Amino acid sequence: MARWAIAIHGGAGVDPNLPEHRQEEAKRVLARCLQVGVDALRAGAKALDVVEAVVRELETDPFFNSGRGSALTRRGTVEMEASIMDGRGRRCGAVSGVSTVKNPVSLARLVMDKSPHSYLAFDGAEDFAREQGLEVVDNSYFITEDNVGMLKLAKEANSILFDYRIPLAGSDTCSAQAGSENHNGMVMNGLPISIYAPETVGCAVVDSSGFCAAATSTGGLMNKMTGRIGDSPLIGSGTYACELCAVSCTGEGEAIIRSTLARDVAAVMEYRGAGLQEAVDYCVKERLDEGFAGLIAVSRTGEVAYGFNCTGMFRGCATEDGFMEVGIWE
Amino acid sequence: MGWAIALHGGAGDIPRSLPPERREPRLATLRRCLDLGTAALRAGRPALDVVELVVREMENCPHFNAGRGSVLTTDGTVEMEACVMDGNTMRCGAVSGISTVVNPVSLARLVMEKTPHIYLAFDGAEAFAREQGVETMDPSHFVTEENKERLRQAKEANRVQIDYTQQIKGQETQAPKDDNSRIGTVGCVAIDAAGNLATATSTGGLVNKMVGRIGDTPVIGAGTYANSLCAVSATGKGEAIIRHTVARDVAAVMEHGGLSLQEAAARVVAGVPPGNVGLVAVSAAGEVSMVHNTTGMFRACAAEGGHSEVGIWHDDANGHC
Repeated sequence: MARWAIAIHGGAGVDPNLPEHRQEEAKRVLARCLQVGVDALRAGAKALDVVEAVVRELETDPFFNSGRGSALTRRGTVEMEASIMDGRGRRCGAVSGVSTVKNPVSLARLVMDKSPHSYLAFDGAEDFAREQGLEVVDNSYFITEDNVGMLKLAKEANSILFDYRIPLAGSDTCSAQAGSENHNGMVMNGLPISIYAPETVGCAVVDSSGFCAAATSTGGLMNKMTGRIGDSPLIGSGTYACELCAVSCTGEGEAIIRSTLARDVAAVMEYRGAGLQEAVDYCVKERLDEGFAGLIAVSRTGEVAYGFNCTGMFRGCATEDGFMEVGIWE
Repeated sequence: MGWAIALHGGAGDIPRSLPPERREPRLATLRRCLDLGTAALRAGRPALDVVELVVREMENCPHFNAGRGSVLTTDGTVEMEACVMDGNTMRCGAVSGISTVVNPVSLARLVMEKTPHIYLAFDGAEAFAREQGVETMDPSHFVTEENKERLRQAKEANRVQIDYTQQIKGQETQAPKDDNSRIGTVGCVAIDAAGNLATATSTGGLVNKMVGRIGDTPVIGAGTYANSLCAVSATGKGEAIIRHTVARDVAAVMEHGGLSLQEAAARVVAGVPPGNVGLVAVSAAGEVSMVHNTTGMFRACAAEGGHSEVGIWHDDANGHC
């Protein structure tokens, strides 16, 4: 019998000046969602079911940017994305451009279980959700007052127009730096850290049978172009699970995609024989070029690990041994 | 060490009985595109430009499932996808759900170069295309009579979205006989004389696919990947390629396992269930690899100072230049 373990996150890149009461609230939400997973695992639930259930909880809570509380596109709309992967058989499902489905992670699961495909997006994904009878709500359900204000600030900061980390010949990419001048250079995804809200939620689980699963869900980037797809729905980038481990990533999506971060944690274990924490540390250090990101992971032997190279990651983890931790900073 | 290039026009169960009228136009296009890429490399063009150029040409050819000639969704529409990646900088761009852009691969490159994002899809991608002024056509431009017939046959055969890879209880999968349904994704990898690696892949997807379906082609690490070690473009059953992160794994096996490109490509392809995948790849050392575990793969390659090759089946050649 293997030992179960669970790790969750609510996004990486936290404003160091985040008010104390907001920090406490984040920890409360994390602890509550973690407990949902722990209870399910104690009851013998399968890893795949647990990651879906926990991510649904995180999506439903407006504190984090996924489901209700998602970041807004330039047009002020919500376009959510999610993916789920079962390490057993490496089955996977993903969705992008979801605008009315209350729990995108469950739609991703249905794509995996009930469609011949792995990934559906936009209208086709919405049609499929209706066909499957998933709970849908008006797009306005997902839009919170907080995020309307954030979008306004993001537009004022005139950010996200260029990825400032990749110099383009002949292009002026100073917009992000301009925004950052007032914020001690702390910039996340082109946004000054003070108005940046961590973007993603995720969960990685190994159950007591030793099977791994991961799921990730997001509203994406504040002030993103409509149609933008980030790392969360991309198998191997934001989400990955195999026989060895399960991984969910968060942070600057484009850096995560370039490094296929989630798959690389597994690849370092598989091809180098590294342990879980060693693989996580290696990937955070060696893979993220200039990007800021974080990730959580579990291994089939019941270990948990996390890593990030930015200012904090909302996270929690628990193992069968009784270890439980919820944290934000290093 | 000099330049090298490899391209593919899709892998699948390509029967040896494939009539010449279906085989020759594709082989002729492969030869023409290989010459085009070779000439560009000889002229000192960067690898990224070369893969874009070659894939554009293949998109324009109606005999391949990309650009004009893309296969149709279950609604009879075209939804194209493409991806491009530069090895040394690891910059990349991708698009999905394209219905009017003549050359989706060039739109993917614009996403890479002109947006803060990597991947745009559907209406947002179409709006961006218009903003950038790329050539667009009425969606009917991309629909060929042959593909209308393919969709009709697929529907008639009730070949409804067979789940090739995920076993669903009570639903035994049966591969379609003619298997034109997913052959014809196009891709190109190249290393230029300066040692820059690049890859590009473009596709119309799967015949009778659900509207909104995204395959492996635009997914970085699945159908397309390049870093400083190698550049890879994969083709085959998208869902299998996604779960096996095929393109990324070739690079990962080289990096973490210290294998050569040939060994890495062979190992990754062997790890995917037979009949599912083919790929072309070039390495920083100038190696070229073209491997598939399907009956055939439309493919071609050339290398500076080496021979060039155009083939379909395993015994056409040894799979490298």
